[in-house]
Amino acid sequence: MSEKKRTNMVPFPSDAIIPERDLGTRPVLDARHLGVEFGGLKAVDDFNMIIGRTEIAGLIGPNGAGKTTIFNLITKVYQPTTGTILIDGKDTANMNTIQVNKAGIARTFQNIRLFDKMSVEDNVKIGLHNGLGYSAATGILRLPNYWRKEKLMHEKALELLSIFDMQDMADATAGSLPYGAQRRLEIVRALATSPKLLLLDEPAAGMNPHETEELMENIIKIRDTFQIAIMLIEHDMNLVMGICEGIAVLNYGSIIAKGTPEQIQSNPLVIEAYLGKQKEAKA
Amino acid sequence: MSFLTNLINGISLGSVYAIIALGYTMVYGIAKMLNFAHGDVIMVGAYISFCATQYWHMPAWVSVIVAMAVCTVLGIVIEKLAYKPLRNATSLAVLITAIGVSYLLQNLALLIWSSNTKNFVSIVNFGNLSLFGGKLIISDVAIVTVLCCVVIMLLLTWFTSKTKMGRAMRAVSEDKGAAQLMGVNVNQTISITFAIGSALAAVAGVLLCSTSPVLMPTTGAMPGIKAFTAAVFGGIGSIPGALLGGILLGIIETFGKSYISTELGDAIVFAILIVILLVKPTGLLGKKVNEKV
Amino acid sequence: MKKKINKTFLMNTFTYLLVIVAFLVLNSLLEGGKLGYRMRGQLVPACVFIVMAVSLNLVVGISGELSLGHAGFMCVGAFSSSITIALLNAAVPNDILRLVIGMVVGAAFAALTGVLVGIPVLRLRGDYLAIVTLAFGEIICDIISCLYVSLDDKGLHFSFIDPALPGKMIVNGPMGVMTGGRIATFAIGFALVLFTLIVVLNLINSRSGRAMMALRDNRIAAESVGISATKYKMMAFVISAALAGMAGALYGANIGTVTYKEFTFDKSILVLVYVVFGGIGNILGSVISAAALTVLPEILRSFPEFKENRMLVFAIVLIIVMLITNSTAVKGWIERIKGLFRKKEEADLPETTETENVQTEEGGAEE
Repeated sequence: MSEKKRTNMVPFPSDAIIPERDLGTRPVLDARHLGVEFGGLKAVDDFNMIIGRTEIAGLIGPNGAGKTTIFNLITKVYQPTTGTILIDGKDTANMNTIQVNKAGIARTFQNIRLFDKMSVEDNVKIGLHNGLGYSAATGILRLPNYWRKEKLMHEKALELLSIFDMQDMADATAGSLPYGAQRRLEIVRALATSPKLLLLDEPAAGMNPHETEELMENIIKIRDTFQIAIMLIEHDMNLVMGICEGIAVLNYGSIIAKGTPEQIQSNPLVIEAYLGKQKEAKA
Repeated sequence: MSFLTNLINGISLGSVYAIIALGYTMVYGIAKMLNFAHGDVIMVGAYISFCATQYWHMPAWVSVIVAMAVCTVLGIVIEKLAYKPLRNATSLAVLITAIGVSYLLQNLALLIWSSNTKNFVSIVNFGNLSLFGGKLIISDVAIVTVLCCVVIMLLLTWFTSKTKMGRAMRAVSEDKGAAQLMGVNVNQTISITFAIGSALAAVAGVLLCSTSPVLMPTTGAMPGIKAFTAAVFGGIGSIPGALLGGILLGIIETFGKSYISTELGDAIVFAILIVILLVKPTGLLGKKVNEKV
Repeated sequence: MKKKINKTFLMNTFTYLLVIVAFLVLNSLLEGGKLGYRMRGQLVPACVFIVMAVSLNLVVGISGELSLGHAGFMCVGAFSSSITIALLNAAVPNDILRLVIGMVVGAAFAALTGVLVGIPVLRLRGDYLAIVTLAFGEIICDIISCLYVSLDDKGLHFSFIDPALPGKMIVNGPMGVMTGGRIATFAIGFALVLFTLIVVLNLINSRSGRAMMALRDNRIAAESVGISATKYKMMAFVISAALAGMAGALYGANIGTVTYKEFTFDKSILVLVYVVFGGIGNILGSVISAAALTVLPEILRSFPEFKENRMLVFAIVLIIVMLITNSTAVKGWIERIKGLFRKKEEADLPETTETENVQTEEGGAEE
């Protein structure tokens, strides 16, 4: 794995931290007092998080802590009961999933959601849908703009696939890909929407150590090439501690700790809720 | 008085819809399929009862039992031959097969009983009930229909909540796989559901034709669709929903036809269905199911 | 890369070629007087139902919503175009032009109905959506059965339920519409089929078609990458309705009188059967199955042993085909046969990564 860059995390407004290099720019995500109730049960309560423009942030916590719910709230799959979410300074209060994506957030899913029957390339082209547009009439009449945009889409799709060295699989049916490749394709599809913040829900789940290692390099590469922020949920501590700059730990729907990997690893609350079990298991 | 008469006619018609809708809703709840042939089982039930009384000279109540028996067997046979092989197929494939079965039943009936309409003789004839000095007449069929509906409802509610088979049915409708792992015989449960639904269809057929005595191979089609609508109206999969949906549908239809327009009676029923579904997308008593992300 | 473009391209070319060749052959037979009267009578209906099946396939197969009221749009198209044609009888003496104008009007009215129906319908999902399309189909028929239109020197007169109108009746409630002459020809039918194929195939192989299929395959994922479900589901629904309206116009112009009874639930179901028979989402399949299933029952009619019970044969064939094509047992055999061929191919390909066998059913236990 490539050398990990040392980043200094600095305080940003109050209890939030962002990488020093992102200071002076608007944070890409600013979630305040986020909460949601399902039938009276508080799944997430008073969730606060700020992510810098080029930060790789981690969200960890035991199973059922509410991590995926946070992603669903940010992408408006669920409407938050309380709190505000600002994407690049824009309030998302009245937005739906589609508008949130257009505002700059793309995600992957814990249980892979690809367009299984479509080709790998078409999956990426769906991601490019809004970036390279032409009207339905143009498509039906096959006007010059159709050919131009389709050619651009094709080139762009292959270019994006090449990040993961997947350009040769472009014609394969998405559903027939090996598991690891499906996870990577989901990331490519999300990237195709040119997001400012990429949400990855357990990107390394089901990958072998070698693939995980590659994934870590690729996540850093994506951040560096596209200059975007990445927020990831992951149970693989090597990955989280290896590439995340700021980490938030969630338990029973609330944040119990925030900090750099070093701070998190030595936080007694975290060890009790989460890492402690891991150490016991190792011992 | 015409209001009361209409209300009673509506409830009576609605009871028939409710009995048919129960068959739809139970099959949907358990097999997750829209059994479009259900309406045609009603027609078969009516024909059997008709033949039993007219040709074989059986007493009315025996004819109903014969009709129920024949329809029960028919329901099980249809399920085994046409639907069971498609247990894992797409719902659309099953729907089209059900439509095929519907065509088959209609055309078999055409072959056996010809397209000439039969004049169904009501199986109930103890005389109409006359109230308020003849101002309000309640037909004997209406009384029997409503009574039948109530009895069937009570029996079914008891059956699904208190018996072992009923529990198995509820388990299969929640999660087929888990039920099977817990030792529930899924195939048998589905067969029994079809059997009950078809027996109810026979009763509905006899009651329907006793009220409006025109019997031909397509007799079951429209009531079938309307009962299906009623099942959706009340929340498909829910037994009380089928009752509520059926009765409401019957009342709306009767009132619509007599107060607004005979031609537009069905349109009014469907329009109200649409409005209800828009306000409450899973029907009146249906449960909302959230997709997991 | 080339392989896939070629595959779609080949499929589409084959579809067009098949339709064109079929037309040329049938048309030469028709002009040579070699077609029996039964076949002759089925040419335009076959075109009508090809258009119906292809347009319904756009909604059911590509957009992934089960519609049980497709004939309703056909009904709107048939009636609105018939009125237009009757109105233009004197003004536009050319039959073909008059019919084309009728088709355009039919498409416009059907599309408008499609929008009105689509707004509420597309808010629902699955079986509920299906039942509401069925309900709308029936409502459309019921409303049209109460419609009376007449024509005199002062112009058109409309009335609802009340049949008393001055002048010559064009639409006569449940008695239907006088279409003013049977002006449909096989050539126009063929042109409409070709038009429909161009619209639908080009749409499917464009950005919009991809969006529809993405929404069909995984709505949540499609929305997460910014695809608007409302927009594309509506687009599929309205285009499909407009095409059905044109088919209705052609259908009306092919027979003297059209009544609302022709467009009830049964017809919607029949078209759905064509679609499923031909393969959901498979446009070529819809073309073939619609043509075959329109013509076959008529051919059966000429055999004395099937004359009475051809619909019975149809029902049995339908059930058997559905059982064969969908039963898991049969699918297993097909896979096994396919597997025999595939093994050879796979041996030539480079080995895939070792994760291939990792369970895909990763538990969605979170939350």
